[in-house]
Amino acid sequence: MKKWQEYGTTLIGIILLYIFLIVLMAVGLVNGYHQGVLVLIGINVIAATSLNLATGYLGQLALGHAGFMAIGAYTAALFMQMIKVINLPVDIALVAALIVGGLMAAFFGVIIGIPALRLRGDYLGIVTLGFGEIIKNAIFNLDFTGGARGYRGYLGSINLTKMYIIVAIVLTVLFLLIRSRHGRAMISIKEDEIAAEAVGVPTTFYKIFGFATSAFFAGIAGGTLAFYQKMIDPKKFTFMYSVEIFIIVVLGGMGSITGTVVAAVILGVLNEFLHVIDQWRLVIYSILLVIMMIFRPEGLMGSKEFSFVGLVKWLLKKMNKSSVGDDKDSASLEVK
Amino acid sequence: MALLETKNLGITFGGLRAVGEFEISIEKNELVGLIGPNGAGKTTIFNLLTGVYVPTEGDILLNGESIVGLKPYQIVKKGLTRTFQNIRLFKDMTVLDNVKIAFHHKMQYGVPNAIFRFPGTRFWKEEKEIDEKARELLALFKMEGSCNSLAKNLPYGEQRKLEIARGLAADPKLLLLDEPAAGMNPQETRELMENIHFIRNNFDVSILLIEHDMHLVMGICERIIVIDYGMVIAKGLPDEIKANKKVIGAYLGN
Ligand SMILES: Nc1ncnc2c1ncn2[C@@H]1O[C@H](COP(=O)(O)OP(=O)(O)OP(=O)(O)O)[C@@H](O)[C@H]1O
Ligand SMILES: [Mg+2]
Repeated sequence: MKKWQEYGTTLIGIILLYIFLIVLMAVGLVNGYHQGVLVLIGINVIAATSLNLATGYLGQLALGHAGFMAIGAYTAALFMQMIKVINLPVDIALVAALIVGGLMAAFFGVIIGIPALRLRGDYLGIVTLGFGEIIKNAIFNLDFTGGARGYRGYLGSINLTKMYIIVAIVLTVLFLLIRSRHGRAMISIKEDEIAAEAVGVPTTFYKIFGFATSAFFAGIAGGTLAFYQKMIDPKKFTFMYSVEIFIIVVLGGMGSITGTVVAAVILGVLNEFLHVIDQWRLVIYSILLVIMMIFRPEGLMGSKEFSFVGLVKWLLKKMNKSSVGDDKDSASLEVK
Repeated sequence: MALLETKNLGITFGGLRAVGEFEISIEKNELVGLIGPNGAGKTTIFNLLTGVYVPTEGDILLNGESIVGLKPYQIVKKGLTRTFQNIRLFKDMTVLDNVKIAFHHKMQYGVPNAIFRFPGTRFWKEEKEIDEKARELLALFKMEGSCNSLAKNLPYGEQRKLEIARGLAADPKLLLLDEPAAGMNPQETRELMENIHFIRNNFDVSILLIEHDMHLVMGICERIIVIDYGMVIAKGLPDEIKANKKVIGAYLGN
């Protein structure tokens, strides 16, 4: 397959999946409540894939992802309030607010990344852990955030369709980034930082860049959460939430974007059944994690990816096998 | 002007002077050996030259320009790459990607172009170019068959070879090889010697080589520098070194 055919196949796959979702909604298999669950899963998908960029690809332990989400959420919300006067179409304002929220989170990512990432080792884990707590406490004690009561102001709205589009865009951007020279540079740092530097990769730059990009998308996840819930509850952005996102990454596979998606969906659905025993949720997560570490330490997908292109190639192969001999043209497809 | 020249180079760790008064001069297309007993300071010299350690004394000139204080990746850009005593490959990346990483510093396209891959943009041109170059390079080392295997799955000798190929991909003027034959059987060592000859004949590169295998060193190096306790104790042609009393003393113990 040519490159553009591969991109086309992926695009069609994304659209077909969406149509499938629409059909499920139309026939009532996915009701309003389910849609809400799916939107929340979408938010976790963005949060966890962005964390995977820092942890699974760049190899840096980051434990304060909820902090970046909080920054994105409040920045996006306040920005939305600010640009209300200029009366932009609501969806354009929403996209702008999400990006501004992401940029603010990325800015903080750079600020804490510069001192923490210059050092080798797991300093970043400790710094990000502290950072997450500081952000939470700051939010509780500042005025413009609404303090512990939470933020209520003018916020756009997000439905399943918009969420789907946002998730598709974020995942696509992450994929394209990872499969470029910049992504290779990041992965080489995880593999062997000293060797990466020794073949010409500016490792400090890429560590800060990768970490800031990870924070950027966490900020976007935070913004979408604010817009979906139409308010911001500061109690959401605890250390436990960072851990929850981390668990999704580990379950899905460090270094697998689609694995993270699968894990986010599984945990999201599981969550629905665990609501009644909420205090036990993290206990069950931990048990899941232990089981995973015993039987499949690399996560559900390891560093493999599901791809529509792979699926199509596989299907073509199957079809060829079932029609051996009677069609030379389709047999040659396999070779190409 | 020499390609590489060091002046009174030295480094002290705490109280230990690991290298001192180290002077070397390497010309274009030379193959120089650096030998000495265990712990003599050979790897430390490589670490100084490549910017892993900052010297506490002296200067390093590459093409007449001081590279002291530059980061390792900046020194790569100036034309100096290395391999490691204990192989450092990107184990979970493919053989091809291991080589491609070394082209990173020659590539230009930015993050926006990585995401917006419009036809005809730099992204396509550069990615195609390095894909071809990386495959060509691997073919030269008869490794084209393992392009898509993970580096960690290669046999030991092939891993050493891949590390050298990766170093060459960065297009160095001077290549530093730290004990390339370590852990190799005689057959692999013979192949390695052939490969080093091959590199010399086909690439415009000088080589500085650390090695304990005297047969290899004496067989391929044009000049040899011997150090002991961080100090140069002898310099000269292989035959002169073989006969040098100080060298024999250093290796056998006085
Ligand atoms: N970062 C460091 N801190 C303290 N001492 C060091 C450091 N790096 C090297 N040394 C010391 O410098 C001396 C020279 O070490 P080096 O690794 O350069 O030896 P070598 O000649 O490469 O030996 P070998 O043949 O065993 O590889 C040793 O005594 C070592 O302990
Ligand atoms: Mg050594």
